[in-house]
Amino acid sequence: MQTLVAYVENKPGVLNRVSSLARRLAINIDSLTVGPTENEEIARMTIVAHTDERGAHRLEASLEKLVDVLLAENISGRALLERDLALIKVAADQQNRPHLMELIKVFRARVVGVAPESLIIEVSGTVDKIDGLLEVLRPFGVLEMARTGRISMTRGSDLLRPPLLDLESSVGEPEVTKAK
Amino acid sequence: MKLTGAEILCETLTQLGVREIFGYPGGAILPVYDALGKSKLHHVLVRHEQGATHMADGYARASGGIGVAMATSGPGATNMVTGIATAMLDSSPVVCITGQVSSKVLGSDAFQEIDITGITMPITKHNVVVTHAGDIARTLREAFVIAKSGRPGPVLVDVTKDAQQATAEFNWDACTPKLPPKRIRTNHDQVEFGRAVELLNTAKRPVILAGHGVMVSGAMRAFEQFVRAGNYPVAMTLLGIGCFPAKDPLNLGMMGMHGEAWVNNAIQEADLLIAVGMRFDDRVTGDLRTYAKGARKIHIEIDRAEINKNVKVDAALVGDAREVLEQLTPQIETRDRSTWIRHINELKGDSAVRDIQSLPDTGHLYAAHVINDLWKETHGDAIVVTDVGQHQMWEAQYYHHDRPHTLITSGGLGTMGFALPAGIGAKFAKPDSEVWVVVGDGGFQMTMSELATIVQEKINLKIAIINNGYLGMVRQWQEFFYDKRYVATPLVAPDFAALANAFGIRAERVTTRSESNSAIRAAREASETVLLDFRVEQEDSVYPMVPAGASLHDMIRRPHNPLVETASDA
Repeated sequence: MQTLVAYVENKPGVLNRVSSLARRLAINIDSLTVGPTENEEIARMTIVAHTDERGAHRLEASLEKLVDVLLAENISGRALLERDLALIKVAADQQNRPHLMELIKVFRARVVGVAPESLIIEVSGTVDKIDGLLEVLRPFGVLEMARTGRISMTRGSDLLRPPLLDLESSVGEPEVTKAK
Repeated sequence: MKLTGAEILCETLTQLGVREIFGYPGGAILPVYDALGKSKLHHVLVRHEQGATHMADGYARASGGIGVAMATSGPGATNMVTGIATAMLDSSPVVCITGQVSSKVLGSDAFQEIDITGITMPITKHNVVVTHAGDIARTLREAFVIAKSGRPGPVLVDVTKDAQQATAEFNWDACTPKLPPKRIRTNHDQVEFGRAVELLNTAKRPVILAGHGVMVSGAMRAFEQFVRAGNYPVAMTLLGIGCFPAKDPLNLGMMGMHGEAWVNNAIQEADLLIAVGMRFDDRVTGDLRTYAKGARKIHIEIDRAEINKNVKVDAALVGDAREVLEQLTPQIETRDRSTWIRHINELKGDSAVRDIQSLPDTGHLYAAHVINDLWKETHGDAIVVTDVGQHQMWEAQYYHHDRPHTLITSGGLGTMGFALPAGIGAKFAKPDSEVWVVVGDGGFQMTMSELATIVQEKINLKIAIINNGYLGMVRQWQEFFYDKRYVATPLVAPDFAALANAFGIRAERVTTRSESNSAIRAAREASETVLLDFRVEQEDSVYPMVPAGASLHDMIRRPHNPLVETASDA
């Protein structure tokens, strides 16, 4: 599994170009999250892809060839902060509810919805942590689950920032006329 | 100045330096055609939109500039798909402009509406829909920048009909291209560069693999200086042909599936491969597991996505070929390569004896003879535009190109039907050059309707049909790998000379070798288009051949007497 971060122009069709590229390279996307950055013209994607280092290089380099992609970088193997968020609806009756509450506490998850027959649990953290909670909840009966997919950020001074959008393109216009 | 979107489009193209547009009108692009009529732009009416894209492609490749194709929405746009893909695979800068239904009905399956940007997303470098007249000029200027910069490629601009009809302020200075700023990558660090220099200076058996990128970069001079500095033998890809003179003793010729045996063997025996502007396509490497196993590899390439894609390299110098070569050359220590070069010459062995050109004239007409005669008669000075198949490989083997941009062919996509329209485009780009279309009887029948375009435009093109009555390359594969079961390859064709006459084009049929030179000479002297129908040996094959997936050194060599081998009466 490889993790890539991409900064893209926040406009229609860009997600399609990115996902279509992965499809063309026959790379399966495990999760892809996208949201605006502090600059509303730029969106940030975290792409988790089923591929090896070579495939990730190809995806990274090919992504950066897309006009709308400002920066793409394979951050696998770096010191990363990773977050995934899940909402899990789990069956809960009067009897097992206390036991469930204990588990939720251990995983630092919280209950965000209560109904007579079920609870909705919100949990965020690494993929492993959520998978771990899911594992222990399964015997109770997981009725429904929604996950955001992973977002990742490199730790500390390892900054990944896009070039500023207000910079004029430095590319000169080509000579169209016939070669003399 | 207030103009309609259509007028802005024509004015922008004019200011960008465009002179010819290859296109076909229709409902959704009619406002632009109306404005075209009032502009100084010359519109070439094609007979099928695929032809328009190939013409723009041929124009771009011959001129080193950008070709422009135009079509209406729906079927007009979808007919362009093959041409766009052809340009994409060969990194050719083509700008396609398509009409689109009005923005108010987009997505409603209106008459002749199709999602052409969706369709062409994987086969364009970029594409965009324009729905406002005020966005047309900037978008077109951006399209031209994108098409030509970095690794070139096709760009499609889809303009809705209401954007063409609406009026907007047109101010050239206010609509400069504004592309998203990319991160500037430091292409390669000094460590990588130093490693490359060390490999270059310590190699005993180096071979350069020169590709299309040398010409795209305009690096011919820098390339030659680099070659001379290191005394490196040069092998070329199909699209690299012309980047270095064929007559130069260091030029080995074309590598790959139909490369000469000594070229492929030199690559297999090399201890260093220096790839410049090429992408290790399967047609040049053969089986990757056995490819140049003893060689270290340096890859000079502008497209980072090509690095380590097919072949893992020891040093990757990402950047424009000319810039990288100019940095490298001063670091090269001249070495005596006479032992290595003598060895390569020895590898030629009996290849020259087996060559069909060395064999006596039996009266039979072979495609290789025709190409060789064409080379001699034109003094190697013509622009040759080939189609795809056997004749394409024979051209690459027997027409010796000494100048860049003189062989135009569909390499990556291998598009049959490319030659005739691309030849028309090349002639528009280089009206004073002699342009020969060399095409098989199969490929010619795919786009021969463009003969009418030639007549309507009154251009002077020379067409050589290498007519063997088969889809020859496929027949050859059937002969070698399918036990001569010629399924769907025997091909009935019209009398091409009579057909050409029907279009109003002069034509001649050539059936013997003795007629070949004089027919070519007469065609060259004519100040109009001439079509020559060369009836060549039917079951001739292209040698050598590396079967698909086989090792590069594992070639099917030329038979010792190809005349006996192929002549039906032998």
